[in-house]
Amino acid sequence: MSALTFLIVAVIKIAITLGVLLTVVAYTVWLERKVVGRMQNRWGPSRVGPFGLLQPLADGIKFLLKEDLTPPYVEKNIYLLAPGLALIMALTSIAMVPIGPIIHLFGISTPVQITGVVDASGQASDINVGILIVLGITSLGVYGIALAGWSSNSKYSLLGSLRASAQMVSYEVSLGLSLVGVLLMSSTLSLSGIVHAQLGTWFGFVPQWFIFKGQFVAFFIYMMAAFAETNRIPFDLPEAETELVAGYHTEYSAMKFAMFFMAEYANMVTVACIASVMFLGGWSGPPLPFLPVAVQAFLPLVWFSSKIFFFLFLYIWIRGTLPRFRYDQLMAFGWKFLFPLALANVIVTAFFVAIRA
Amino acid sequence: MHQFLFLLFGAFCVGGAVNLLVQRKTINSALSLIVVMGSLALLYLLLGAEFVAVVQVIIYAGAIMVLYIFVIMLLNAGEEEQAKGSNVAKIFGIPGLFAGGMIGIWVLLQHRPEEKLIPIGALYGPADQVGMMLFTKYLLAFEVTSILVLIAIMGAVVLARRSHNS
Repeated sequence: MSALTFLIVAVIKIAITLGVLLTVVAYTVWLERKVVGRMQNRWGPSRVGPFGLLQPLADGIKFLLKEDLTPPYVEKNIYLLAPGLALIMALTSIAMVPIGPIIHLFGISTPVQITGVVDASGQASDINVGILIVLGITSLGVYGIALAGWSSNSKYSLLGSLRASAQMVSYEVSLGLSLVGVLLMSSTLSLSGIVHAQLGTWFGFVPQWFIFKGQFVAFFIYMMAAFAETNRIPFDLPEAETELVAGYHTEYSAMKFAMFFMAEYANMVTVACIASVMFLGGWSGPPLPFLPVAVQAFLPLVWFSSKIFFFLFLYIWIRGTLPRFRYDQLMAFGWKFLFPLALANVIVTAFFVAIRA
Repeated sequence: MHQFLFLLFGAFCVGGAVNLLVQRKTINSALSLIVVMGSLALLYLLLGAEFVAVVQVIIYAGAIMVLYIFVIMLLNAGEEEQAKGSNVAKIFGIPGLFAGGMIGIWVLLQHRPEEKLIPIGALYGPADQVGMMLFTKYLLAFEVTSILVLIAIMGAVVLARRSHNS
């Protein structure tokens, strides 16, 4: 593949992935309002378009046209930098995620993954420290929130961002450790390599995903730590509206607020992507040989998006179900329960991997 | 391309470091330090040491600097006070910097290896190679460092624990 083709393919992949991601973000908000509405015995958005489907569009227009005010006494440069930082960090990590296998279009073969290429042997390959890059970008995402709260010069914002940074640093440890078991079993750090380690089935229909290969404890640790990392209920203390007005984004309005909002939902999508790649086999799934060949080609994308949908629905479901933690409970849960459990999981997995080697 | 990227991120790195010293607000200094860490990581990446690069971002930019920012936010540190500065620094500062830089460059030029660029992948890049090195060649240093970290953790626990007798 020449350099020019490579560049064009990369730009097309980035444009499509970004477009799809932003659409998913917008419609996750719609889905959340709809599902939580039904759980609370009301309709949710229903006025704009059929089933309220045009509501995200209306919201977007509203965010753009609202008065964008910057309060006096804020630390202006950092105040303006923070929402952009949060959004960029949230959107970047999707580049590492393998969304599908190699596709062949117009005589060009390329994997459905922004950072993926086809190597000399015809296999899909990507950055060989992919998962670490995702973790690194996630850990940089704290700055958006921390700086937003500090620069707003308001006590609610400051408390919210202090809570957010302590919470995210604490839960990052368990989040990283929960992935170590999977990395030990697949013996690679590349995300497409991890998906390839999970291809194949038992008895012809049970897929060999890591969640079935003994990593289900790690899966639950990951999910709990990921809920905390994305500041979602039951870990949404940084923006606890009953105590802190709106937490770290109290002083933000219009599009700057929307950027935090989009960053939160984009982070949810990324977390769901990583969960499905690490534990649920990414785009792989049980074979369905009775379907026609033309439909078979789309199966990986269908599997991947249905896994993402499952996780997003789980987020909304839990939001509609659980109350919020108290802050000392949150810290005790992270350090005294999740962290030792994740360490134990690493030791047990390492033991079994060593026996098998 | 390679050289251009090296110069670009090298400039970012030096610029961040200078800004770190020049800024009078603590938070701006901390942010400049993050820029330095990030561009250092990119320089490691240019050398082909992708594992070290990512670990640099995760540990320094993602964990240690977050704690710095956390402390700055918690203490709400304002602008630093500027000292009048000594006359010695005023007179000898810039010439001294110049001379020091010249000596540094001269030493580096004296000890320069043969005219050869190191190709990507010649250094220990991937995580498995780094792991092998840590557990074979540098095992003693690795274990001694872990004891050092353990001592630091114990010190922090002792300091943070509420005393029972008071």
